[in-house]
Amino acid sequence: MEKGHNTTFKRYGMVIDLDKCTGCGACMVACMQENNVPFKKDETDKIRSITWIRVYKLNNGKPYPDTEICYLPRPCQHCSGMGDHGHSPCVSVCPATATDYGMDTGIVSQIYTRCFGCRYCMVACPYHVRHFNWWDPVWPEGMENYLSPNVSVRMRGVVEKCSFCYHRYQLARERAFVQGRKDIEEHEYQTACTQACPAKAITFGDLINPAHAVYELKNSPNAFQLLERLQTYPKVYYLSDRLWVRMAGDNYLEEEKREMAQAKIKR
Amino acid sequence: MDSDLIPKGVQRCSLGKFLLWISACGFVLAIGVYAMILCWLKGLNQTNMNDAYGFALWIWADLAIIALGGGAFFTGFLRYIIGIKELKNIINYAVLIGFICYSSALLILAIDIGQPLRGWFIFWHANVHSMLTEVAFCLTVYFAVLTIEYIPLVLENRKIDKIPFFHNLSHNMHEIMAVFAATGAFLSFFHQGSLGGVAGVLFGRPFGFREGILIWPWTFFLFTWSAAAVGPCFTILITKITEKVTRKKLVKDNVIELLAKISGWMLLTYIIAKLIDTYYWAFHTAPGMGLTLAQFYTSDPGSVYGYWILFLEVVIGGIVPALILVTKFGRTNKIALWIAITLACIGICTNRWVMVLQLLAMPVMTFQSWFTYFPSWQEIATTILPVAYGAILISISYRYLPIFPQERELNPIPGEEAEVETVEKEEKKELATGDLSPATETAT
Repeated sequence: MEKGHNTTFKRYGMVIDLDKCTGCGACMVACMQENNVPFKKDETDKIRSITWIRVYKLNNGKPYPDTEICYLPRPCQHCSGMGDHGHSPCVSVCPATATDYGMDTGIVSQIYTRCFGCRYCMVACPYHVRHFNWWDPVWPEGMENYLSPNVSVRMRGVVEKCSFCYHRYQLARERAFVQGRKDIEEHEYQTACTQACPAKAITFGDLINPAHAVYELKNSPNAFQLLERLQTYPKVYYLSDRLWVRMAGDNYLEEEKREMAQAKIKR
Repeated sequence: MDSDLIPKGVQRCSLGKFLLWISACGFVLAIGVYAMILCWLKGLNQTNMNDAYGFALWIWADLAIIALGGGAFFTGFLRYIIGIKELKNIINYAVLIGFICYSSALLILAIDIGQPLRGWFIFWHANVHSMLTEVAFCLTVYFAVLTIEYIPLVLENRKIDKIPFFHNLSHNMHEIMAVFAATGAFLSFFHQGSLGGVAGVLFGRPFGFREGILIWPWTFFLFTWSAAAVGPCFTILITKITEKVTRKKLVKDNVIELLAKISGWMLLTYIIAKLIDTYYWAFHTAPGMGLTLAQFYTSDPGSVYGYWILFLEVVIGGIVPALILVTKFGRTNKIALWIAITLACIGICTNRWVMVLQLLAMPVMTFQSWFTYFPSWQEIATTILPVAYGAILISISYRYLPIFPQERELNPIPGEEAEVETVEKEEKKELATGDLSPATETAT
């Protein structure tokens, strides 16, 4: 397998600028529409809602007027696992090999027709990105006509999650092949949430390709990953110049928090 | 009416009374079966599980009954591999309890999966890296072993035993039972361990994650150890309950005390290992992930898991019963023995509870709070189902099969002894099976 620029070896990932995110939820809507994500008549019970990307509202815990808010969109983190061998928390535990790590793309996929609904992957995932179909999907009358033909709908009893709009990658690859090209360009494969974000807070691309915007962005001193201390090696990076936001990305001991705050003052 | 089926030389209640008891258990069983059918037909929306609680009451029940059913493999190991002869007087019951526990666990697993018709995918598309795959394989094969161990007992029913083929089959199965006991022990060491590994390998879940040796986290060994320690306690507990219900002494004290002694020392060594594991996890593993013990056991909003549950698991359900069981006074004093075996069972159930429910209750991302869950009636009914099923199978087995080899000796019926011996001699003659002796030591 080749490595580097314009090769077949990719590591697709995302960089989300939390200082730009307004929490509008357009990414969530676009994702649901793009991926035929089912919904219920009553969605008040959020813990059974299927949201491939979910926007969390964080605050700095300080009273007014020092209160600060941050919106954090959380798609599947597509963890690489230690050594990039695909030993992500969910892939390694699935007893039926129904979730797979693409060694060519770094994308964690879910094989719906093989999943038998044991939910061990949901238990293993610390990000809660995996959702179980507690019900069969029921679409409002006429809405079936608007479902995407490129994404299979899921039945009751299986787990689903964000696929980084993998069908778009497949379509882009097919288009390139027909046109006699060996590879695809950055703009040819973009996720629905990336394109829907009005604030351009989400940047998507190949993390190991210097020609892609995410390559530089992820190296920012303000970049961090969620729960990186767990050694899940996520491929979603977040940016924020606010220390409290960066610290919200992981668990830290009290002395570690103090050290980070002091380091910021010195900087 | 059914006196021909009842073993000779023992007394049983009237058939009417027996059927009344079976009907009562059957009623509870029927509710469980109804809930089970609801889950199968309508799906897991019948439960109160959610995307935070992918595992819940059922998986806890699975882990707990498999641990409690560990008496079968460990007693079998002691009887057949180590060769402790006294245990032949309780091994039948240990096997029966194990059979009930494992069949119940498999049934619950079948309800617990979202696509029950795809259950076989775990074998067909097996991911060898998954602890659950190891659990499924070992559990299924060990259940087959338990069935093989239970069959000779069924064949020793008075009526069935009169048929030469079944009599000989029972005898021959008994002859090779050590092989199955060894296989069972081997399989059990692995699946009890892999059940521990289910939580231990979750490196995304700091509450459950443990370091270990090669691919096996420490919980792998702790689960096997604890099941071997407490499984016999559960066997003793059920034996004691059966004695209370039947108002008879069924197993001699020396047998119970011996098993209790072994169990006690196993429990004591387990709890020492558990304390070391807890210390290392709390002060080395967790801080490496930015967490402290106080964050695991907290009174934060939504959490019901304070330090009390650690105390219940380790001290009340571990150290106390272990100390009682390793002392002669604790084993010979009836009340102390009752307390010890009950606490040990509570302790192991608590351990399995925290490794499933507390693990999922605790938020890992800093901006989330503790998750709450209370099971639906369907979950509760299907969890009680195995209890009713177990009571029925024990009742039927006790009534019609010679489960307790010492029962006749401990509960002689005046005037019937000579008659029983005559009948038995006649039955042996009828069989006319050459040199084959009847399977007097009940096969397991």
